[in-house]
Amino acid sequence: MAPVTLRKLVKRYGALEVVHGIDLEVKDREFIALVGPSGCGKSTTLRMIAGLEDVSGGAIEIGGRAVNDLPPRARNISMVFQSYALYPHMTVAENMGFSLKIAGRSAEDIKARVDEAAAILDLGHLLERRPSQLSGGQRQRVAMGRAIVRQPDVFLFDEPLSNLDAKLRTQVRTEIKKLHARMKATMIYVTHDQVEAMTLSDRIVIMRDGHIEQVGTPEEVFQKPSTKFVAGFIGSPPMNMDEAIVDNGQLVFASGVRLPVPPRFAGALRAGQKVTFGLRPDDIYPTGHGLHAGDASAVHEVDLPVTITEPLGNETLVFIQFNGRDWVSRMLNPRPLRSGESVRMSFDLSRAHLFDIDTGKALEG
Amino acid sequence: MDINSSHRLRRRLLKTAHLIGLFLAMAVICLPGLWIVLSSLRPTVEIMAKPPVWIPESISLDAYRAMFAGAGQGGVPVWDYFRNSLIISVTSTVIALAIGMAGGYAFARYRFKAKSAIFLGFMLTRAVPGIALSLPLFMIYARTGIIDTHFSLILTYVALNVPFTIWLIDGFFRQVPKDLAEAAQIDGCTPWQAFWQVEFPLAGPGIASAGIFAFLTSWNEYALASQITRSVNSKTLPVGLLDYTAEFTIDWRGMCALAVVMIVPALTLTFIIQKHLVSGLTFGAVKG
Repeated sequence: MAPVTLRKLVKRYGALEVVHGIDLEVKDREFIALVGPSGCGKSTTLRMIAGLEDVSGGAIEIGGRAVNDLPPRARNISMVFQSYALYPHMTVAENMGFSLKIAGRSAEDIKARVDEAAAILDLGHLLERRPSQLSGGQRQRVAMGRAIVRQPDVFLFDEPLSNLDAKLRTQVRTEIKKLHARMKATMIYVTHDQVEAMTLSDRIVIMRDGHIEQVGTPEEVFQKPSTKFVAGFIGSPPMNMDEAIVDNGQLVFASGVRLPVPPRFAGALRAGQKVTFGLRPDDIYPTGHGLHAGDASAVHEVDLPVTITEPLGNETLVFIQFNGRDWVSRMLNPRPLRSGESVRMSFDLSRAHLFDIDTGKALEG
Repeated sequence: MDINSSHRLRRRLLKTAHLIGLFLAMAVICLPGLWIVLSSLRPTVEIMAKPPVWIPESISLDAYRAMFAGAGQGGVPVWDYFRNSLIISVTSTVIALAIGMAGGYAFARYRFKAKSAIFLGFMLTRAVPGIALSLPLFMIYARTGIIDTHFSLILTYVALNVPFTIWLIDGFFRQVPKDLAEAAQIDGCTPWQAFWQVEFPLAGPGIASAGIFAFLTSWNEYALASQITRSVNSKTLPVGLLDYTAEFTIDWRGMCALAVVMIVPALTLTFIIQKHLVSGLTFGAVKG
């Protein structure tokens, strides 16, 4: 088991630089998720750690050992591919035991390790099948089994759940989490799905355009996004955001609607400053239907028209017109609402976020 | 008649027409072969008869007996020709496959300068009619003194087959997902091992078809072989057919018998390898 360190890691394809000198410390036995929109460099970074892509600059260390120029086979890693990448001409057992066969282990040894992994993943009855005879979820489990058998220092996952349907995805996600608890191995997990990243990882690395935007625990990146991008990327439905100008203790939006400056930012803003105001759907709710406000004095109430509602059973997403746009709010213990109906909404401003309009960086309150 | 039974009837009629059509097509394809076998077994008079005699009156293996009787007794040195054909075809096929695998893999997996131009260049060599090359080839081989050797024919056939084997094998390697070789490397393989353990078995059907193609081209080639070969040292079976032509006569029966001797091994080989031509072997590797 091993920590993984990236130092000023750069990837260039010809003149095009896609990863711009990122630094990252992955602790031993940590589960870390690299998350970001497509093209942000997360997969490229993972492939560099795996040794499938050359490193253009900087260094990668696994277990304190520089591995920049080592081939994949010398890094003692396992990787689960988005496409599963099972060997179609081999049975499940042969697929799982392939790495040991290449390493020249004895047949009994291979069988023992394969059986052990098969037991963990409940694959025992499938060992003699070929990949073509398996369902998508089974293939995914075989791919994980192949990774386990190798007993690597580091597990790498490249969007392993993307090809599964929604129900299976939740199921396999739980299995991966159990696997981590059991294997106590360092795991690096690439995904574009923030829900996967939030549910699985100890820490999340949010990437954008080849840079790291923020590294933090799921709670940190959710509650204290360091940039506007992170705020918009993490959380579902995404944070409501709009631009406003500070004027006399109030935030004035383009349409002229006003909100009080959130109390914790009171001393930090100057008049005329342009900011991006952000508030999560959980922190806007029809009065009486929300979470408990942290600070009751920071709740601002205003009557707003309902556009549409999306009932989810235990809660309803209510879209309201604010500053000429649809803002989404989360209504707990829902009651029926009609479109066009005017509803008294509570804005819990103690949980509001403000971002610098130019840099996108979060303002400190 | 209700609408269902009329549709059923139509489907049956269409199916019958389909089968008849297929039978006719197959007859056109198979008849010449059948005619060769038949002609090798019947007397020359019957072969030359007009109108044609469809059902032979007597059948004998005389032509085969004579063929293997040896030179001077109406026979031809068929074992020599057979040996030459086999050595030349097998060797040139093995070499063309080796080059084709290396080249096809490179075209399928790597990016390099002028890739498509080089690829097109290979294909263009196939656009030159082989017979147009016979004179220059003859002159070069005569000067270098390799005329009438196995080597000269092997060289020619490798050059003839390589563009096609590269093209065919390239297509099959493209179908093998790149992820598989990467997974194999992570599992501890060197790139060389990953190729032989994973990519080669999966591209196997394509390599086998390229092999059949190259072998049959070499085995059946006549135009160039007739120029480059002289004696039993290097004459191949197709060239050997000419032994049955004399100044004023052609022994059609003997020729047909030799043709059958030529066809049988080629057919056998194709049947053996055909079993391995199971396509869709890569199914289940990725996604699904």
